[in-house]
Amino acid sequence: MVTGTRRSASLQHWVAAQGRDGAGERAARPGRGASLVPPSSIAGRALMVIIAIMTFLGSLTVGGVDLVRTAAADWTSSIVREATIQVRPVAGRDVNADVTRATEIAVRFPGVADVAPYTAEETRRMLEPWLGTGLGAEDLPIPRLIVVKLADDRRTNMEAFRRALAEVPTASLDDHRQWFDRLRAMARAVIVVGLVIVALMIAATGLSVVFATRAAVETNRPVVEVLHFVGARDAFIAGEFQRHFLWLALKGSVAGGLAALGAIMASGLIAARWRATAGGDQIEALFGSFALGATGYAGIAVLVVLVTAVAAVTCRFTVMRTLAAID
Amino acid sequence: MVRFENVGLRYGLGPEVLRDLTFGIEPHSFQFLTGPSGAGKTSLLKLLFLSLRPTRGTLTVFDHDTSHLTKDELSVLRRRIGIVFQDFRLLDHLTTYENVALPLRVLGKEEASYRSEVVDLLEWVGLGERIDAYPPILSGGEKQRAAIARAVIVRPEMLLADEPTGNVDPPLAKRLLRLFVELNRTGTAVLIATHDLSLLDQVEARHIFIRDGGLTVTDPHVSEDGGW
Repeated sequence: MVTGTRRSASLQHWVAAQGRDGAGERAARPGRGASLVPPSSIAGRALMVIIAIMTFLGSLTVGGVDLVRTAAADWTSSIVREATIQVRPVAGRDVNADVTRATEIAVRFPGVADVAPYTAEETRRMLEPWLGTGLGAEDLPIPRLIVVKLADDRRTNMEAFRRALAEVPTASLDDHRQWFDRLRAMARAVIVVGLVIVALMIAATGLSVVFATRAAVETNRPVVEVLHFVGARDAFIAGEFQRHFLWLALKGSVAGGLAALGAIMASGLIAARWRATAGGDQIEALFGSFALGATGYAGIAVLVVLVTAVAAVTCRFTVMRTLAAID
Repeated sequence: MVRFENVGLRYGLGPEVLRDLTFGIEPHSFQFLTGPSGAGKTSLLKLLFLSLRPTRGTLTVFDHDTSHLTKDELSVLRRRIGIVFQDFRLLDHLTTYENVALPLRVLGKEEASYRSEVVDLLEWVGLGERIDAYPPILSGGEKQRAAIARAVIVRPEMLLADEPTGNVDPPLAKRLLRLFVELNRTGTAVLIATHDLSLLDQVEARHIFIRDGGLTVTDPHVSEDGGW
């Protein structure tokens, strides 16, 4: 066969024969690398909206999980750093002496940062909302409480502490373990449920991409045929579709993620305006200040990337399978 | 280059549309494929550009038995074949330039390496002012020229053209035929399927006449009624 150089020269000869040499220099620049898949279609826009909605809901879930996780961590950390000694009034024993003795034991115990026994007066005031004023605390068998602040290193041996307190038979130690375990279990349950919801949303997005890709390949079958006729391999065609859907998915997922961030920030602003009210205080006590932490932002960013990647990979896989079926 | 040996083709369980074809297309050769409508020209072209495989017999293209080729291998072979479809098959969402440059893009070439070449060819086929136009606004003749430009831009070893002058006026038909002849001189084997008998008189070439699924080959260089 004739070499490309010789052929190219021949082409130049044709151009010269027509007196039109140099046309290439003055030509307008056509769009380079235009998508070989027609850029806009109703199915494509619908898919972008679906991906945006899925990412929005997924991001809200991720943000909610982060808020609950942070709030639960705050609760558990304050619970873990405290313990309560309860001294029961028992006939024949001086409850004040027992409180003093239990306080002395607690103060000396390693890992205890601070000990604050409630006096009889403080106990009475604490019960006032329920029992009213004028109550003679000494008339009722009300236990006395000693609040023990633990050191931050959390190395306090609670079992040894309990054994040391056995010297005061009316004293018992509550290390809040039951509460801590419940809170931890609840926080974990919320996180697991959140992750399952996000996984389901990603799966639903993947399925949407499968259907949209199949529809796109069928709709663009003439394009696929022409690409085959000019020598394109399936991988090249799949790459073109993947590029098309990657861009759609990226636009949809970024829009969904940004919308979710906006919604969370708006919730934070609303919560801040309610802060002085009783309801606002309860919400803040439960969920914190609606401010996402770094993990929340990172989680949403990862979700956006994940949704985009799932869409791209699913698209490529679907196109390859569809093209194989076409063959 | 291409060899048919007792090739037969049928669609599904239907009757054979091509029967016992035995002929070849040699490098540098020029031939016209003619015959009445429904005779099997399109089916023969589909076999030649590897869109179909024979249901019997052996079709060898560029020394490869097509019955043993994978899909990707067929794609690679198609890069050595230029095709001009009767219905043009331009992509409506790409400009004329992008349509013509498509085979080069599929080959993975950088645009900078082929830009002037594509523009030169478009100029030569008279589409210099329509570079940025999209196919829906091109006339039939312009689409035809764009389709031809797309087929020849890679300087294929074999060019197959289905009624390439069917939508152009006689002067342009003559000019396009000159392009095919020029390509043939530079080494491309050319096969033109046409009903336009006036074209046959303009070039001294083999005539492959197809009727009822069978072939008659006339080669002015061999004999009056030569065969392969």
